[in-house]
Amino acid sequence: MAELGHDATSHAPPREMPEMELPHGHSFWTTYVFSQDAKTIAIQYSVTAISVGLLAMVLSILIRLQLGFPNTFSLIDPSAYLQYVTMHGMIMVVYLLTALFLGGFGNYFIPLMIGARDMAFPYLNMLSFWFYFVSVLVLIASFFVPGGPTGAGWTLYPPQLISEGTPGIHGGVILMMVSLGIFIVGFTMGGLNYIVTILQYRTRGMTLMRLPLTIWGIFLATMLALLAFPALLVAALMVLLDHLAGTSFFMPAMFSMGEQLPHEGGSPLLFQHLFWFFGHPEVYIVALPAFGVVSDILATHARRNIFGYRMMVWALVAIGGLSFVVWAHHMYVSGMNPYFGFLFATTTLIIAVPTAIKVYNWVLTLWHGNIRLTVPMLFAIGFIFTFINGGMSGLFLGNVALDVPLADTYFVVGHFHMVMAVAPVMTIYAAIYHWYPKITGRMLHEGMGKIHFWVTFIGAYSIFYPMHYLGLMGVPRRYFAWGETAPFIGDDVVMLNAVISIAAIAVAAAQLLFIYNLIRSRKHGEEAGPNPWQATTLEWQTEHTPPTHGNFGKELPVVYRWAYDYSVPGTKYDYIPQNVPPEEVEMAEPAAGAAKT
Amino acid sequence: MTITLVFLAALLAFFLGWVLSRTVNVEPWVADGGSINDHLPEILTTPRVGLAIFLAVASSVFALSISAYHMRMDWGPDWLSVPSPALLWVNTVILVLGSLALQWSWNAARRDDPAGRRRWLYVGGALTCAFFVGQILVWRDLTAAGYYVTANPANSFFYFMTGLHALHLLGGLVAWVRTVKRDRDDTPSDVVCTSVELCTIYWHYLLVIWFILFALLLTT
Repeated sequence: MAELGHDATSHAPPREMPEMELPHGHSFWTTYVFSQDAKTIAIQYSVTAISVGLLAMVLSILIRLQLGFPNTFSLIDPSAYLQYVTMHGMIMVVYLLTALFLGGFGNYFIPLMIGARDMAFPYLNMLSFWFYFVSVLVLIASFFVPGGPTGAGWTLYPPQLISEGTPGIHGGVILMMVSLGIFIVGFTMGGLNYIVTILQYRTRGMTLMRLPLTIWGIFLATMLALLAFPALLVAALMVLLDHLAGTSFFMPAMFSMGEQLPHEGGSPLLFQHLFWFFGHPEVYIVALPAFGVVSDILATHARRNIFGYRMMVWALVAIGGLSFVVWAHHMYVSGMNPYFGFLFATTTLIIAVPTAIKVYNWVLTLWHGNIRLTVPMLFAIGFIFTFINGGMSGLFLGNVALDVPLADTYFVVGHFHMVMAVAPVMTIYAAIYHWYPKITGRMLHEGMGKIHFWVTFIGAYSIFYPMHYLGLMGVPRRYFAWGETAPFIGDDVVMLNAVISIAAIAVAAAQLLFIYNLIRSRKHGEEAGPNPWQATTLEWQTEHTPPTHGNFGKELPVVYRWAYDYSVPGTKYDYIPQNVPPEEVEMAEPAAGAAKT
Repeated sequence: MTITLVFLAALLAFFLGWVLSRTVNVEPWVADGGSINDHLPEILTTPRVGLAIFLAVASSVFALSISAYHMRMDWGPDWLSVPSPALLWVNTVILVLGSLALQWSWNAARRDDPAGRRRWLYVGGALTCAFFVGQILVWRDLTAAGYYVTANPANSFFYFMTGLHALHLLGGLVAWVRTVKRDRDDTPSDVVCTSVELCTIYWHYLLVIWFILFALLLTT
């Protein structure tokens, strides 16, 4: 391993790296469609992910209409309901959150924040997006095949996944598995790029310990994803074989409709192990970039250095490592050995330690900060609240004794939506409000942003807080209607369901306002200038806004300091960009009569 | 999952060591007059790092498959192991020779000997194709003997894992074809050398994976 090499010269020359040959586009097609510029690819990723996310949002509204006002909407039958639930979950987790955080934010911020011209393998990067795009098309196509998309739930548990009676067992399941396969191949190409670029293309002076936490989050999340997605790939291939070739990896001997199925000897539990070996790290694949983004936004808008930077980095690493040894806490009721449950409950609760370190450090960053309540800051603070709330209910579900009665109730739905739906989405909004000025050169409308924040924040709590109560009442998840148990369901449950549905519609409306804001501000937003938030990281120091292909001018920036030099005592401005050498820092005029200690 | 966890623990230990060596005793808040670097050593060129990361991903796929194999095997008395046809030994030898041929091609490339580089590159590719033919014969013989893919979980796993290995090798052949193309047109020789090098490392890696899979099939 190379030693940290100190340069004696005070003005270090730019790092000597072979100038990249940037594959500039020469026509409309190669500039905007098959572009190899990471920033264009990032926007393609983001637009695709947000579009498919809006579709998943519409599905969630359909789900809520049925739950809040049963027997009112005839187009939602039990099969359709299950299909909506499945597609909503899968799209949101994989095709929106993973793709947006890593494909979208990763592509845009990695080269800019580490001072590189582009990704290490631009062609592979372009392929990565197009694989993702095709995987989305294949997924959407499943709505149009006979039988529709699969309705087995986003966890896709066999044997019901491919057994008669589950909606979409013919075309739907196959397209889902194929789509996941394409997604994983595409992601692997992108992920290779993110890791290699961060390792190899950091500019001079950008040591690991000077990386903004956003980059640390994306770096570690990509590693988790590269190691965890193979589990889903293996599981998807085996499901396809079970379904198409008649093997029995996961299918036990079964009687269906009075007939014995051809399968024999498969293990559904094996699928659950493989699925959750991917599924649990997936939570952190989404959460780690969110942690990083929030850290940077808090520091910038509170004008304070992040509290405990090194601890933040190690906590990210610890969470990432631990996330691989907790998967079976999703399987407490699957009939596995109870001693395993004890083991996994322990590891699960241990994760609370590094997570708590992060939360304390965020709060301590705000402490005595010069807080500017901008829209990104509101969303970042909203994230902290939501993440703490979601984490707290996780303590209940992580314990076997409490999980057994709560499993498969709305308590679980409330918990995971708080911790891995609302919290990361809050971060996504924080990030978009924060970086939109750099990406487009214009500010998003602040008034609309604040309405968007408050409706989303209060609305999300009105949706998911009551679900915990429903869960404690024993209301099961994934039920289309109460059926014969309806007389035993209390009025409070019925009323709460209606309230939740109304809140969901309000929140959805606020998201449309956000989309309008995005489109409107593109042309009519206030001019942003190069660095509207007075931030220190390199992407705000580019020559052009938005940055051109190649990101920086003739010379790559040289980094002299970490990303958190805010409110440094004695300096004239309350921020020092990473590329300002120590001797060029402007000092404040000493105030008359001020005694220096 | 023990095997996967051991694999991941090894990766994690390596990564933790690397991160700690770069982050303990570093004071990130200190601005530096000059500027400091902590890049990877020269020997880890960008293509090599890229390949290494890909190999970690592929290893994850194989580790998980092997874990699944073990889990399934331990669960039921219905597990009837697949016999190991003698042809598999022949195929193994062919794969070893293919790896050696590519190694010689790489050695020739480093000696700046384009004729040797090309000769051994072709030999390596031909041997790999021979391995494919051999594997197809194994599959055909087993099917003919009644070991269908659906007959027993052990059979399903046998076809799945040998198929996965073959697919990875097929991907390698795509890279091999690209390398041959570069070798034939006027690509600068250091670029061709990098291509040959990456192919060679990948072939060695798949050879090791094959040893592991073959040992697994022989012992269970």
